[in-house]
Amino acid sequence: MNNSKLITFVAIVIPVLAVMLAARFLGFPVFERIVTLLFINMILVLGLQAFMGNSGILSFAHIAFMGIGAYTSSLFTIPLQMRGMVLPDLYPVLKPILLSPYAAIAVGAVAAMLVAALVAYPLMRLSDAAAVITSFALLVVMHTIMVNWSEVTNGPRTLFGVPKATTIYLAAAGAILAALIALYFKESRTGLLLRAVRDDEVAAGAMGANLSLLRWKGFVLSALLAGFAGGLWAHFITSYQPSAFYLKETFVILGMLVIGGAGTVSGAVLGTFVVTFAFEALRATENALNSSSVFPWQLVGLTEIVLALAMIAVLALRPGGLIEAEEFGATWRKLRRRG
Amino acid sequence: MAVYVQFLIDVLSLGSLYALMALGLVIVYGILKLVNFAYGELIMVAGYSLFLLGGTPLPWLVMAAVAVLMAIGAGIATEYAAFRPVRSKSVTAVLITSFAFSTLLQNAALLFISPRARTVPLPDIFSDTVVLFGAIIPLRNILTIVAAAIMLAIFSFIMKKTVLGLAMRAAATKFTMARMLGIPANLVITSAFALSGLLAGVVSLFWLGRIGSVVPGIGLEPLLVAFIATVIGGMRSLQGAVFGGFLLALIVTTFNYLLPPELLKFRDAFTFSLVILILLWRPDGLIQGPATGQRT
Repeated sequence: MNNSKLITFVAIVIPVLAVMLAARFLGFPVFERIVTLLFINMILVLGLQAFMGNSGILSFAHIAFMGIGAYTSSLFTIPLQMRGMVLPDLYPVLKPILLSPYAAIAVGAVAAMLVAALVAYPLMRLSDAAAVITSFALLVVMHTIMVNWSEVTNGPRTLFGVPKATTIYLAAAGAILAALIALYFKESRTGLLLRAVRDDEVAAGAMGANLSLLRWKGFVLSALLAGFAGGLWAHFITSYQPSAFYLKETFVILGMLVIGGAGTVSGAVLGTFVVTFAFEALRATENALNSSSVFPWQLVGLTEIVLALAMIAVLALRPGGLIEAEEFGATWRKLRRRG
Repeated sequence: MAVYVQFLIDVLSLGSLYALMALGLVIVYGILKLVNFAYGELIMVAGYSLFLLGGTPLPWLVMAAVAVLMAIGAGIATEYAAFRPVRSKSVTAVLITSFAFSTLLQNAALLFISPRARTVPLPDIFSDTVVLFGAIIPLRNILTIVAAAIMLAIFSFIMKKTVLGLAMRAAATKFTMARMLGIPANLVITSAFALSGLLAGVVSLFWLGRIGSVVPGIGLEPLLVAFIATVIGGMRSLQGAVFGGFLLALIVTTFNYLLPPELLKFRDAFTFSLVILILLWRPDGLIQGPATGQRT
């Protein structure tokens, strides 16, 4: 790891540790919950960055890979005596298997990766708008399956009984690991070639870059991270429905990545922090307004409206997001040299 | 016999709606090379306009005309809010701003109207049925087919015979060159969005006629349909969009008739998987339009 990459990494680790310690020792349970979810979202956003930032292709399907990770890991950790009640139609093969939550989270991540490896290969041949639209179709396909495959997902109803295993420390460790992976991938041979393809498809192809294989590698890696985030999330939330992995969440995750800057790992992390805190502040305001009944009707959707306006404003003013092209480490070194 | 007639009318009426939807999406894509994610919300806007006009004593045709006008207005508003500020910057940026604008409109409907379904006023003719070769056919399906035929005729007249249509086709082929020859870019783009809104507005009347009420999330299904129809038809050609719409309707209706009930709930998964297979075979869609230059 060279010097500027190390500075970037440190610049990511410090705020992660800082908010973790603040959440742990300030003693507000709500804050600890928000920070844990922030770390899980950070893994998801970094996963999306690894694919989208390097390949330049927008993907809507990632939230569904998070769903695969969540459902797969939950299948193996719901206590045996509860399983008959939660999933009465579960296949007999799966009924007696019980794993520790950590092993199950790993299994969930691998499952998401395998599904991605299988479905994504044909899709990676497509470019531009067609690629985006098929990823959207893929999200719908996987959502339809999650809603209707009652044997393993309990259908559109809530899946409950997942043991709580994700602590704030585990989530922070996961977030730091994801940052490390995203930084390494960006400067790896695959990452560099992928960016070459992004910047000029024809020229990179002429020099021998196999674009569908490169994109496939990026996609599989990002699905692995999404599945990992899903497993952590399931073992933190403990009961959820398929609607947790659909358009509303896609919008939030994309908002984090785009506002921060899809091209850089530092941007993805910054975006996650900024949007999470803004989102929570807005939601608290919304709730306060609702309970004080200033308005004659219930406010719903105000938070999303503000986030949508922020996304349009950021893209109009800085199309690359807050941190557009240069990782934090490189900027820091330049400033040091100048000063 | 009756079953075949029923099947044919089902495919044609659904296909007409899908084809018009796809056409509205592709006309913007053709010129700007950009996908409008807020397209489904035009249907929502038209639906809520009908709902809000429902209490007034106006005749239904006037309400319908106002609803279509609102959809056109919303189409133009999309261009000003989501496309104009970022359209010269990057393809991804515009995809995201239009997605954001779609979320904005949906949540505005949630906030100012209601998350619950609202009934829209519909004329009696929509619930009548006729008997044709022994099959009972809802009259609205036949109306849909007639309306789509009229719309397609008007649309091809505009594109082929008017100066505006010529300018739009020129801009779609080579935007920079068209601008150099003095075609006002902003006017062409705004008219493309207005036409797109007109198509969505007309579709919305029949779409609402099928379901009878409007919810904030109503735009998702038509949006998806338009996406898939354009991708399998070919993103660059107007004929391809129409063909893709009818083909998708054929696939969906066939699944509706043939799939057993326990698999029918997975219908969308089957449909989209089939679409992915078609794309494996022809990544550029079935009908490839003329090769076009980059948008700059």
